[in-house]
Amino acid sequence: MKRYQFLLLVLIGLLVMFGVILFLGSSNIALLNPKGLVALKERNLIITAILLMALVILPFYIFTFVIAWKYRAGNTKTTELRRGRKVIPEFVWWLIPSIVVVMLAAVTWQATHALDPKRPLASAARPITIQVVALNWKWLFIYPEQNMATVNFIEFPAETPLHFELTADAPMNSFWIPELGGQIYAMAGMTTQINLMADAPGEFPGSATEINGQGFAGMRFIAKATSQSEFDAWVASARNAARPLTSATYAALAKPSESNAVAYYSEVAPDLVRSILFKYAPTIGGNH
Amino acid sequence: MQSIIFGKLTLDALPHLWYTIGGTSAMAALGLGIAALLTYHKRWHWLWHEWLTSTDPKKIGIMYIIVASLMLFRGALDAAMIWAQQATAAGSAGYLDANHFQQIFTAHGDIMVFFVTMGFLFGLLNLIVPLQIGARDLAFPFLNSLGFWLFAAGALLINLFFVVGGDFAAAGWLSVAPLAEIQFSPGVGVDYWIWSLQISGVGTLIGGLNFLVTILKMRAPGMTLMKMPLFTWTSLMSSILIVSVFPILAATLVLLWLDRFLGMHFFSSDFGGNPMMYTNLIWMWGHPEVYILVLPSFGIYSEIVATFSGKRLAGYASQVYAAIGITLLALMVWLHHFFTMGAGANVNAFFGIMTMVIAVPTGVQMFGWLRTMYRGSIVFATPMYWFLGFVATFTLGGMAGVLMAVPPADFQLHNSLFLVAHFHTMAIGGGLFGIFAGIAFWFPKIMGFKLNERLGKYAFWCWIVGFFISFTPLYILGIMGATRRLDHYDPATGWQPLFITAALGLVVIACGVVFQVVQIIVSIKQRKQNIDTTGDPWNGRTLEWSTPSPVPFYNFAVIPTVRERDAFWDMKSSSAEATEDKHAHYEDIELPKNTAMAIYLSAFVFLAGFAFVWHIYWLIALGLVGAIICVIIRSLDEETEYIIPASEVKKMELARVSK
Repeated sequence: MKRYQFLLLVLIGLLVMFGVILFLGSSNIALLNPKGLVALKERNLIITAILLMALVILPFYIFTFVIAWKYRAGNTKTTELRRGRKVIPEFVWWLIPSIVVVMLAAVTWQATHALDPKRPLASAARPITIQVVALNWKWLFIYPEQNMATVNFIEFPAETPLHFELTADAPMNSFWIPELGGQIYAMAGMTTQINLMADAPGEFPGSATEINGQGFAGMRFIAKATSQSEFDAWVASARNAARPLTSATYAALAKPSESNAVAYYSEVAPDLVRSILFKYAPTIGGNH
Repeated sequence: MQSIIFGKLTLDALPHLWYTIGGTSAMAALGLGIAALLTYHKRWHWLWHEWLTSTDPKKIGIMYIIVASLMLFRGALDAAMIWAQQATAAGSAGYLDANHFQQIFTAHGDIMVFFVTMGFLFGLLNLIVPLQIGARDLAFPFLNSLGFWLFAAGALLINLFFVVGGDFAAAGWLSVAPLAEIQFSPGVGVDYWIWSLQISGVGTLIGGLNFLVTILKMRAPGMTLMKMPLFTWTSLMSSILIVSVFPILAATLVLLWLDRFLGMHFFSSDFGGNPMMYTNLIWMWGHPEVYILVLPSFGIYSEIVATFSGKRLAGYASQVYAAIGITLLALMVWLHHFFTMGAGANVNAFFGIMTMVIAVPTGVQMFGWLRTMYRGSIVFATPMYWFLGFVATFTLGGMAGVLMAVPPADFQLHNSLFLVAHFHTMAIGGGLFGIFAGIAFWFPKIMGFKLNERLGKYAFWCWIVGFFISFTPLYILGIMGATRRLDHYDPATGWQPLFITAALGLVVIACGVVFQVVQIIVSIKQRKQNIDTTGDPWNGRTLEWSTPSPVPFYNFAVIPTVRERDAFWDMKSSSAEATEDKHAHYEDIELPKNTAMAIYLSAFVFLAGFAFVWHIYWLIALGLVGAIICVIIRSLDEETEYIIPASEVKKMELARVSK
């Protein structure tokens, strides 16, 4: 390889990197533009971790290619340099990554506890509970306090903590709203929890991330944050317009179907979620 | 009556869809083509006696590499179909239906991991480990042959669904429970998955055991553990991991099969089953598997960097302890594959931190290579290009991996295309590039002539450029919120341009593959120009370079005595040793005879596997009984070795020298 080829390569690499960074900055990248408290903390954590690692990786990356170039066999300038003694004692090889890992481990321990999905979010507003049932292949959302249910759509006031309780009446799945924060499995016979909150009104796409069969890709929903009054109006209209979710309607809904349209149910049969759990875990019935 | 004879098998199972007809005709064409060539050149006898029944690890190694290469084309075709679908399926359904698409990515993952990377890996281990430790054979030559043939039987079975059934598993490369249960996956696809993995997995286990014993017991005199070449060390570590975790895979597959076959409830959601147990078990195998694949590549890079820098490997002891550290830690991190399953913060944080700790020994290995290059005199042959390509990709992929080891970061990245990009970086940059480097490096040793350097470098540039074009968009898509395994998506997401870019990257990679194929053809044609007469074309350091190229079937006429770490470098530097060698005393050499029993045994196992898939009970019995009888017959055979008298060895050696 000639000198100009090497430099050209470095130049192309830098240009591509610059282009990628420009793209990440200009486009609306979900994880980099969080719309909720949890997603914001998770983004900051991701950036902290990347910067910490870059402290070692970046110099290493540059050194590797510079050294490979400098000590190429044809390079006469470095001939006399080749007879050298040890430059860095070997324990330093162990030390440098260890320091970074210790720092990262401290960050991880703290963040994992602070961002435990089970942990309620601090807020003056009273949290809204939404029970989530992963079905084949749609999401059923039950609002126990509002006594209503929806399919593939949720609405809620911004700046109000959302407490999701998830289970499944289908294969294992995972519930993710990238702009609000991620992500937790929904499993039959068990309940998992996640707490999220939106900063401002907006519509945020949500998805199923764990492969669960043929309708997997169509299992998407919208999470819509509004003002409190809009939310109240939405609840009222949904409760007026729709049919009740009895155990019979639920049984029909639970049958496999793909790319379901948004649907609303007023009145949810009492203990519907408990009966769904009970199908799979008659002895436990519950809360994990 | 029909169900007794044919089980679940009916005429509907015969190929009638475009892809099953395509797959079947491709396999038939390949088979007929090879058969015609063999018949035309009257080579059947040669094939059977020189190759198929051979117990020579060099020949078994080449057969592994041939099977792995064929499977690479199958896996690459799957990749092309996946990307063609994702590039076009914004808003529309694309050209594949969801179920077919899911079968393709499932097969792509299984084929690339089990049959391509593992195949190449065992190929290289077979070719090089005995030579590096100064041995003439493996500890258990018959088991080596059996391991290969079980691997080949598994490879055949995973492709057989094209011909019979037309249905493959569609539940992801690890067939997640409870989706893989009979209730949700009623077809035979998951059964094909279970039995092809089970059969090839047993082959892998046998192979791992064989290399473990070989490396521990059959080293040349003087080669203590701390004088072993790094590739042998990492192969040893890889074998230890295989022996530790492949039994977990075997047991998990049996449990899943019991669920499906006998209606048990190990991994179902209901009746006391627990799918979380499946997730744990499969990753207790699955995570170490990653290191099984990548550790030997680390060893290959160590050999290459030292050789092409013209220096001893810097920090040998550190490198060895790093490899041991990676091996131990590999067993303690499986939970990081499912931080999102709802475990408590303590559990998640523990497994996250254990995962990060792996970055320490990995970093040490990287520093070792950097320090070896420093003040070296680096020759940029193709293997060195692959090494630098590895550094360029693996450091970034490793960083992505450590990032995902932080549980709350993983909550946002899990099951996204970011994850897909990460593990492809590790598997391609870490695993496959190492394999390509190793093949370019050791090719002259095995075949007697070097590969064409220019074409090899063209192939490298296509691979590395194509790699970045393909996988940079996937990292970006991941943080845009794109999940993996989507057969279609909403055009409003704005993902399509990135998916198209990724697909174009594959075209560039495909050019790289074309260059590799052309490289081999051209190199064979130019073999006279690139011939390696010395046996040491790269100025090598370890024992394999002390043998002539191609290596005689007995490897070493005289077993070398090792004094130093880089044993051959040491021999080359002390001329006394060299003259002493010429007047060596030849001894009788004992070598294993050829045996066809491994083929028969694997054929019976294959039949049993097929019968398990289709519930043909008499054939299950026939297959199992046949396999057991083969084992008994083989066990009673006491004359499994033959002796080449010393005089014969001398004659062959003299003939070689005079040539």
